[in-house]
Amino acid sequence: MILLLLIIIPLLGGLAAWLSDGKNSTLPRWIAMSALAFDLALVLLLWKEHATAVSLTPDSWLVEMQRAWIPQLGISFHLALDGLSLIMVSLTIFLGILSVLCSWTEISDRVGFFHLNLLFILSGILGVFLALDLFLFYFFWELMLVPMYFLINIWGHEKRVYASYKFFIFTQAGGLLMLLSILGLYFIHGKSTGFYTFDYPLLLGTVMSPTVSLWLMLGFFIAFAVKLPMLPFHPWLPDAHTEAPTAGSVILAGLLLKTGAYGLLRFVLPLFPDAVQMIAPIIMGLAAAGILYGAVLAFAQTDLKRLVAYTSVSHMGFVLLGIFAGTTAALSGAVMQMVAHGVTTGALFMLVGMIQERIHTRELGSMGGFWTTAPRLSSMGLLFVLASLGLPGTANFIGEFLVLLGTFPVNIAMTVIGALGLVLSAVYSLRIAQRVFHGTIGDIKLPDLSVRETGMLAIMILVIIWIGLFPQTILNTARPVLSGLECCSSHEQPISTKGGGQ
Amino acid sequence: MNRGDLIALSPFITLSITAIVVMLAIALRRSHVLTVVLTLSGLALTLASIFGAICTVPREVTALIRIDHYALFFLGLIVTGTIAIAALSYSYFEERSGQQEEFYLLLLLATLGAMVLTAATHFASLFLGIELLSVSLYALTAYHRHSLRSTEAGVKYLILAAASSGVLLFGMALVYAEAGSMTFTQIASRIGASGTYGLPLTAGLVMILAGLGFKLAVVPFHLWTPDVYEGAPAPVTAFVATVSKGAVFAVLLRIFTNINIHELPALLMITSAVAIASMFVGNLLALKQNNVKRILAYSSISHLGYLLVTLLASGPMAIAASAFYLVAYFITTIGAFGVISVVSGKDRDADLMEDYQGLAWRHPWLAAVFSAMLFSLAGIPLTAGFVGKFYVVGAGAESSLWALIIVLVINSVIGLFYYLRIIAALFERKEEPATQHTDPVPELGSAVLACLTALLVWLGVYPGPMIEIIKEAMNF
Repeated sequence: MILLLLIIIPLLGGLAAWLSDGKNSTLPRWIAMSALAFDLALVLLLWKEHATAVSLTPDSWLVEMQRAWIPQLGISFHLALDGLSLIMVSLTIFLGILSVLCSWTEISDRVGFFHLNLLFILSGILGVFLALDLFLFYFFWELMLVPMYFLINIWGHEKRVYASYKFFIFTQAGGLLMLLSILGLYFIHGKSTGFYTFDYPLLLGTVMSPTVSLWLMLGFFIAFAVKLPMLPFHPWLPDAHTEAPTAGSVILAGLLLKTGAYGLLRFVLPLFPDAVQMIAPIIMGLAAAGILYGAVLAFAQTDLKRLVAYTSVSHMGFVLLGIFAGTTAALSGAVMQMVAHGVTTGALFMLVGMIQERIHTRELGSMGGFWTTAPRLSSMGLLFVLASLGLPGTANFIGEFLVLLGTFPVNIAMTVIGALGLVLSAVYSLRIAQRVFHGTIGDIKLPDLSVRETGMLAIMILVIIWIGLFPQTILNTARPVLSGLECCSSHEQPISTKGGGQ
Repeated sequence: MNRGDLIALSPFITLSITAIVVMLAIALRRSHVLTVVLTLSGLALTLASIFGAICTVPREVTALIRIDHYALFFLGLIVTGTIAIAALSYSYFEERSGQQEEFYLLLLLATLGAMVLTAATHFASLFLGIELLSVSLYALTAYHRHSLRSTEAGVKYLILAAASSGVLLFGMALVYAEAGSMTFTQIASRIGASGTYGLPLTAGLVMILAGLGFKLAVVPFHLWTPDVYEGAPAPVTAFVATVSKGAVFAVLLRIFTNINIHELPALLMITSAVAIASMFVGNLLALKQNNVKRILAYSSISHLGYLLVTLLASGPMAIAASAFYLVAYFITTIGAFGVISVVSGKDRDADLMEDYQGLAWRHPWLAAVFSAMLFSLAGIPLTAGFVGKFYVVGAGAESSLWALIIVLVINSVIGLFYYLRIIAALFERKEEPATQHTDPVPELGSAVLACLTALLVWLGVYPGPMIEIIKEAMNF
């Protein structure tokens, strides 16, 4: 029941925020905040209840609910939570609250409808992280697109219409391929057992020929690779991230990309272990290429927001590399990187949003020397930039380190290429630091951060550093799920749970 | 004919009486309100008599008509659709000058034709139904006599429909010559017994397919669609798009389930080609349109293409999928044209993109309904269209029609472009003078739209009961 509440509260909050839209434009914001605060309380309750149980029960779900939905087709309303979902749900609500906060002054137009969309996206994302019925999963997967489309299309920047189309069509096309695979799996399982169901635990271990398994796997994989994004499927990302309002970019980078990685971990790896083995080398190659490509393109951008967008391509390359390397260390690294990237990139997008709110441009050329006029903004910005390049002591370091550590025994070449990406990320990160915070002082007098803005960024810094110093909380929570996923058991890494950076 | 037969026929009888009463009422006293009240109550009685007939079916009433659960299901769908369209027409015609009363008479007659089609098991009743439907539609399409486009649409429809009737008749003659019977079941059993499929028989079936395909507006028989959709008054367009197509699809489905199409490779291939062509042509041509009615016309061509996939699928899911898809399509299409007719002003239908720019900020409620309908056409969750598309793809996957469903998926993506274009226009930020006058939205029209939207979401979120009804009804 608590899982259902998690999803429904933002939906109701969104409707309430929409209806409350009137002369008073802060009311919708407070309603959205309180809905998310309520969700946060629920999540904290979950953490408290299951803090010890997480690592003890590797195979069972921490919380589960299942109700008949469309019994004629074998569809049930099946939600469940395990360590991985718990981490992702917490991240969702954390970034959700921050995205409401960061829109406080940026969005002044149709505030109620804005928060309706924002909360509906969050609700869809929570559904994706909790759904265990494939139909239900697909339902939530598609559901989060529409409000995101509106968010970009209505409150975005100059090229918003183009970007929103591109976003919607790319992700929808990927989603439809997944639909084909879901149905293929449904019928193959149904025909071999006589029991037609979309229920994930029952579909696990469906017997199928290697060719069929490969095709079905590709359907799922492409849907998730578009979201992630993997190299040839990424063109929607820079446009969508750049044109979206700040809250939209935070959610896109922090959460929507993670749904792709989560899908890989939850569905692709367990459902098609053999097919994954087959294509893992190719995917790792693409992941490594993505790491370099994203970093190089990030360096070439003159639009600060676009730069940050391209760093996402690079960072998510690490996640993909880790997932397909398949060792426990690499998988833990991937999960860690998901959290770290979510927070860091979210913070960077918020910084860009704050700068744009002040100087009304995102061009790197018109920035410079902010440190003298806005020391708080600049010092905090520098911290996030350093986190993004993977400085030890931050969560990003743990993530990237573990991914490389776990990939090494599987594929040395890819590890080397991935490590090269770290060098490049230092290059573009330092370029941001140099261009924006240092350098010649422009004629712009920048007001420094307000209390609200300082508070938001401070919390994010605390999270990044706290996870960087004590990664064990997250690693332990995710471990039972990940050790079940490990597909290359010969590469077992005893070092995995020790983590790094301590 | 005994009592049971009469009860089974009662929907037809009730509607015929309604038509006569409406006609007499118009002769005695011209009143828009009175005509609408009579029409709606007649339709409501018809709907009630459908429920009354459930216990007496299935039975063959004369050699021409078989009333079974299948027929009753489609009767219910058609009558409900007509009720919604009639109610929307009231708001639409109330704004306009001229004589509106005959419109409802024609609407009732066309509905009667559609109803006959759902129960037809014989070529004679099939043809009767089609002609009754078509002849009423000629007049309905050209109902705005003084509008050039409306008249053009009417004439175009008249000529092409007459030609297609000829083809249909010729096809029936060929099949009759080969099989020696005009009832579907006997044709099927005689073909099955002889085991041979000669050229005349195949040609005859293909011609019947062509004749019916014209009504369904599938490629290559679609040429009339955009002009008729654009020229006809919005409620009539809704009727052409839903009731007329739904009834013809019902009879086509009945023919296809009687005659095992999988033993006729030529027919199978032609139908697949028609389905694929409809999906691609409909979606690709819609991309370049600037007229909302024309976009919806092309979109409906592609949707009929999707529906044909269920006709080709043979599994147990297929018939239920087509029925569910039709229900979703009815709700969505009537809803979309309902918004168009409510938005339309006194002089012309609101069919240009400009009419919808920024609608979300003038009439948030109408824009929300329109977006919901468009999302349903695009197959996005929370709407009936999503479940419908899921069902259709499922039926295709069950019969391993992978090529067809991959085409369907590609087309769904192409379709997104133009649905999103309309939605983007709805939500466009347009700086308007604050004092701009916005027309009030008529109550009856909004009530109908509210019901349709509620149904759309209900079927999208909790389709179980509807699937149960369909499964009950679709046992032949």
